[in-house]
Amino acid sequence: MFRKEYLWRGIITVCGILVILLTLSIGAFLIYKGSGTFTKYGHSIFEFLFSPQWSPADNSTGGGKVGAAIYIWGSVCTCALALLIAAPFSMAASIFITEISPKIGTRVFQPAIELFVGIPSVIYGWMGLTVLVPAIKSLFGLNHGYSVLAAGIVLAVMIFPTITSVASDALRSVPADYRKAAYGLGATRWQVIYQVVLPAAKPGILTGVVLGLARAFGEALAVAMVIGKMRAFPKNILSPTHNLTAAIASDMGGAMEGGEYNTALWTMALLLFLISLFFIFMIHRVSAKGGEADGSVKAGKKR
Amino acid sequence: MEASKRAKNVDRIMTILFYLTAGFFLLLLLAFALTVIVKGLRGFDPKLLSFSREGIGNQLFNTVYLVVLSLLVSVPLGVATGIYMAEYAGDGKGTKFLRICIETLSSLPSIVVGLFGYLVFIVMTGAKWNLMSGAMAVSILNLPLIATTTEDAFRGLPLGYKKGSLGMGATHWQTILHILLPAALPRIMTGVILAAGRIFGEAAALLYTAGMSTDINWGNWDITSPTCPLNPFRPGATLALHIWASRTEAVSPNAAQIANFSSAVLLILVFAFSIGARIFSRYMDKKMGGEHR
Repeated sequence: MFRKEYLWRGIITVCGILVILLTLSIGAFLIYKGSGTFTKYGHSIFEFLFSPQWSPADNSTGGGKVGAAIYIWGSVCTCALALLIAAPFSMAASIFITEISPKIGTRVFQPAIELFVGIPSVIYGWMGLTVLVPAIKSLFGLNHGYSVLAAGIVLAVMIFPTITSVASDALRSVPADYRKAAYGLGATRWQVIYQVVLPAAKPGILTGVVLGLARAFGEALAVAMVIGKMRAFPKNILSPTHNLTAAIASDMGGAMEGGEYNTALWTMALLLFLISLFFIFMIHRVSAKGGEADGSVKAGKKR
Repeated sequence: MEASKRAKNVDRIMTILFYLTAGFFLLLLLAFALTVIVKGLRGFDPKLLSFSREGIGNQLFNTVYLVVLSLLVSVPLGVATGIYMAEYAGDGKGTKFLRICIETLSSLPSIVVGLFGYLVFIVMTGAKWNLMSGAMAVSILNLPLIATTTEDAFRGLPLGYKKGSLGMGATHWQTILHILLPAALPRIMTGVILAAGRIFGEAAALLYTAGMSTDINWGNWDITSPTCPLNPFRPGATLALHIWASRTEAVSPNAAQIANFSSAVLLILVFAFSIGARIFSRYMDKKMGGEHR
């Protein structure tokens, strides 16, 4: 009996516990390494978040400046721009798939979109670097095309499939009765979409948008290739800047282990971790609210 | 009547608008894929396939090897976690917490996982960059995907399977191993194929774990030697990292050409895996689900 049940039950349970331990240890290490900036080197959280002065010392005596405001602002700008570009198009695409032409939608569009969710981000970055950056350069007559705009477009193309596939799942799970009732009252298709289907699918759509945003925020290499890595606040969307993930990707290798520079980069990673936790929290809030308003409308698919 | 006329016109305009945006995006996606592939294959040169600095043979091998290594870690752990959640876990706080953990893992930025891997597998063990730690890092990224597909696969099975087996006197574990797992296997496999496709393209998590250098001696089959192709504890750049490296450091005179070609190969590989998973699951559905239709 022991070998037929309890032993394996134990092993399986240990695996479950292992996953919990893994997550906790990732969080613990990030907090341990990331908080060094504030405890070991005595900088204030306010300085890290809002000061644009970035010159951490690459040794363990410290004394440099660790203001990451430029990086944070760069991340926020590029992601906001990406969302601004991708969200309306994703909405249009998912409405097309589910409401306007389900036939073309499910046969051609949906598989194509699912295919594109899996494209490695370096390829997006490489295409951005070799096609988009030169295009922006010649289009606007700049010295070089590295810009917030380039990063925004690359991220937008990257998150477009993610948002679209989650949003179209949400639209599809709106009960058909809603549509029939609205058509029966004499509504046109656009009226049905705009006043019935979209409001009913709102929690699922928001989930998709947040997932897309989370993906954009965490993307490192694709953005690093096109953002220009210039440590300055962007003057407009055509100027280069820097962001959190690109800074970690490019500077971590050269920084001394345990030094102030290294620790400051860990603090950035901690910030990214906290932001991704925040996004999860948002998704839960959004779908919980949706559940209250209408139990039958399921929130978008979890990834 | 004015209002309904207006509503009809708006409806028509919006319909056209939707067709236009959908067409535009389909074209954009198509153009994107074609550009990558055409750009990569246009400058094709047999040299590019060679196992040297001027080709991508070594990187391709590293990529495949890394995928295998990481599946060795993430499949058993992920499937076990999925089974735990579907079969053994109760409804208590512990299970809820495990779910939150898996969700957290799945939304971690890959660069953060890369840093964690760098700290734990490289700095704390005092090792040099190596493929094994890269594989462990991407396993962390893959674990949630495999665990959730396994759980979904188990939950999707008809309840009769389990009841029948338990009624015959099998233990819960025997039921899982001999009845439920084989039945859920096709869907788990689909998840594993998708996960493998994702590892192919992963770069940020490998930046500081697997390293960016490759030094292989194909004549050396002593597995403990750092230049032996099969030694999992040697540094090795994957294709995706190679593209990244071609941009930042000029690794060789034809770096741009190599990166173009690598992108094309990578894209084709990822597409092949994704389409493969699709065909596989459709075939298995047909084969396994005969009576239910």
